[in-house]
Amino acid sequence: MSGALQVMGDGFVIAKRNLIKVKRVPDLLVASTLSPIMFVLLFAYVFGGSIDVPGVNYREFLIAGIFAQTMIFGATITGMSLAEDLQKGVIDRFRSLPMSQAGVLIGRTSADVMFNLLVITVMSVTGLIVGWRIRTSFLEALAGFVLLVLFAYAISWVMAVVGLLVRVPEVFNNAVFIMIFPLTFIANTFVPSDNLPTVLRAFAEWNPVSAVTQAARELFGNTNPLQPVPEAWPLQNPVLYTLLWVVVTLAVFVPLSVAQYRRAAAR
Amino acid sequence: MKTYGKVRALDGLDLAVPRGSVLAVLGPNGAGKTTSVRVLTTLLRPDSGRAEVAGIDVLRHPERVRERIGLSGQYAAVDEHLTGFENLDMVGRLYHLGRRVARERARELLGVLDLEDAADRPVRTYSGGMRRRLDLAAALVARPQVLFLDEPTTGLDPRSRVGMWQVLSGLVAEGTTVLLTTQYLEEADRLAHSIVVIDHGKVIAQGTSDELKAKVGGDVVEVVVADHDQVPYTVSALDGLGQGTPVVEEHTRKVSMALSGTRPAAEVLVEALRRLDGEAVRMLDIAVRRPTLDDVFLTLTGHVSEPDQEPDTVAAGGRKGRGR
Repeated sequence: MSGALQVMGDGFVIAKRNLIKVKRVPDLLVASTLSPIMFVLLFAYVFGGSIDVPGVNYREFLIAGIFAQTMIFGATITGMSLAEDLQKGVIDRFRSLPMSQAGVLIGRTSADVMFNLLVITVMSVTGLIVGWRIRTSFLEALAGFVLLVLFAYAISWVMAVVGLLVRVPEVFNNAVFIMIFPLTFIANTFVPSDNLPTVLRAFAEWNPVSAVTQAARELFGNTNPLQPVPEAWPLQNPVLYTLLWVVVTLAVFVPLSVAQYRRAAAR
Repeated sequence: MKTYGKVRALDGLDLAVPRGSVLAVLGPNGAGKTTSVRVLTTLLRPDSGRAEVAGIDVLRHPERVRERIGLSGQYAAVDEHLTGFENLDMVGRLYHLGRRVARERARELLGVLDLEDAADRPVRTYSGGMRRRLDLAAALVARPQVLFLDEPTTGLDPRSRVGMWQVLSGLVAEGTTVLLTTQYLEEADRLAHSIVVIDHGKVIAQGTSDELKAKVGGDVVEVVVADHDQVPYTVSALDGLGQGTPVVEEHTRKVSMALSGTRPAAEVLVEALRRLDGEAVRMLDIAVRRPTLDDVFLTLTGHVSEPDQEPDTVAAGGRKGRGR
């Protein structure tokens, strides 16, 4: 079998293994959607009344932010599962097989994309129930979803490196929360970034989470065209910035995680 | 050689397993058993040294070694959520056997290892013994030329252990080359053609089970007395009947004497009885026993094997900062 084909084949076998787990442990999907649903309800009905987003219904504004946050949490499964596999010796088994070294990671991240597709479906239904609407064409909306999932895919590879570095699932969880909370909250996800203090505003405007959220909002038609977008370049060109960020992240973290996989297993 | 920080896990270890034979690597926790297996199965690169498996250089061509080996680890590395069949099918696909062959082989092995009834149940529902058998099956999927078994029965209850031994004896009879690590002397005795005893990453003895026992000497006469006061009389009665001086185990009131092998053991036993009777020693038990590998171990390492402690990967996980 030629190299690339073998990598794909091995990745497929591993992805299948990971998806069987999603099927056998439905709690996983429930757990991954329950907390974002809570966030939706909390922000839509508790905080929402006090948050004023000029020109847009807050619930419509909110959903793209929740989507972005949910996708990021979904992507953490990559690192979590790799840490578990390391701990249980499953990675040792894979490493002793004549399979491609990248196969485990490709299979893992692909399965997590599938998982995120399930999650975003559940979240979209939740959004529709609380009053979120898509006000653009089918293709634009589709582009919005694709962008969100692509973004999560890139995050998956970052999580892979973290998971393989920390090796202990519990430690991974804590490490990741420390990373994710500032990223998802110091952004335009739940409130517009305009009112933030200068330093935080700069962070929020260049935060890729803001860009993907802004891009999704625009593609779903959840922005008011009459309202000015912040002048920061990433928010003026959110689709382009998100795509650039995805490409750069993959270019850095795919080779890094393959290297870390070899090192982590060899201990 | 392999060092973890200041711990030298392997130190000039030299092993050879003739094709079609079974070598047991015997040693206490932290002796370097698991590290040796990890080096030989391409999971770990040694700091220095050389290794060949099935005639292939492990360091230069790890991918070619992986095609020819099967590894069954210390804790069962099978996926909890997959069924037994799915686990084996997956491993077969990753050995690139092809879809059809992988499936057939999975079914076949489930039969061989007596897991047919549980084949389509998630592994989560398996007992410890069943998981171990499935893990072994996974190692056998590609009919490896060399099989590595790292403590295949550690943590199993006695019944599952005997079951596992039966399976392994069958494999051994088929002529698979096996490297087996164990802390159980009985296991090495039962399964291996030759035994290497290692401690602190070094080989301290090797040979067949009989050769190792011969190193410790011949039979041993053991006497258990009724009263602590009688221990000194027993010692003086037995002194001179074998080689060296009698060994006393105070808390069990046991006195043992290694025989030199120049006279038949039965003859020595009769004389021992006569002398003990002459000293009016009240005996609870007297016996001649063959030396066990435990005696070998004690003689060679100065400490008893410790089968009841945690497996040594736990210790390995705690060693930080490995040097290269």
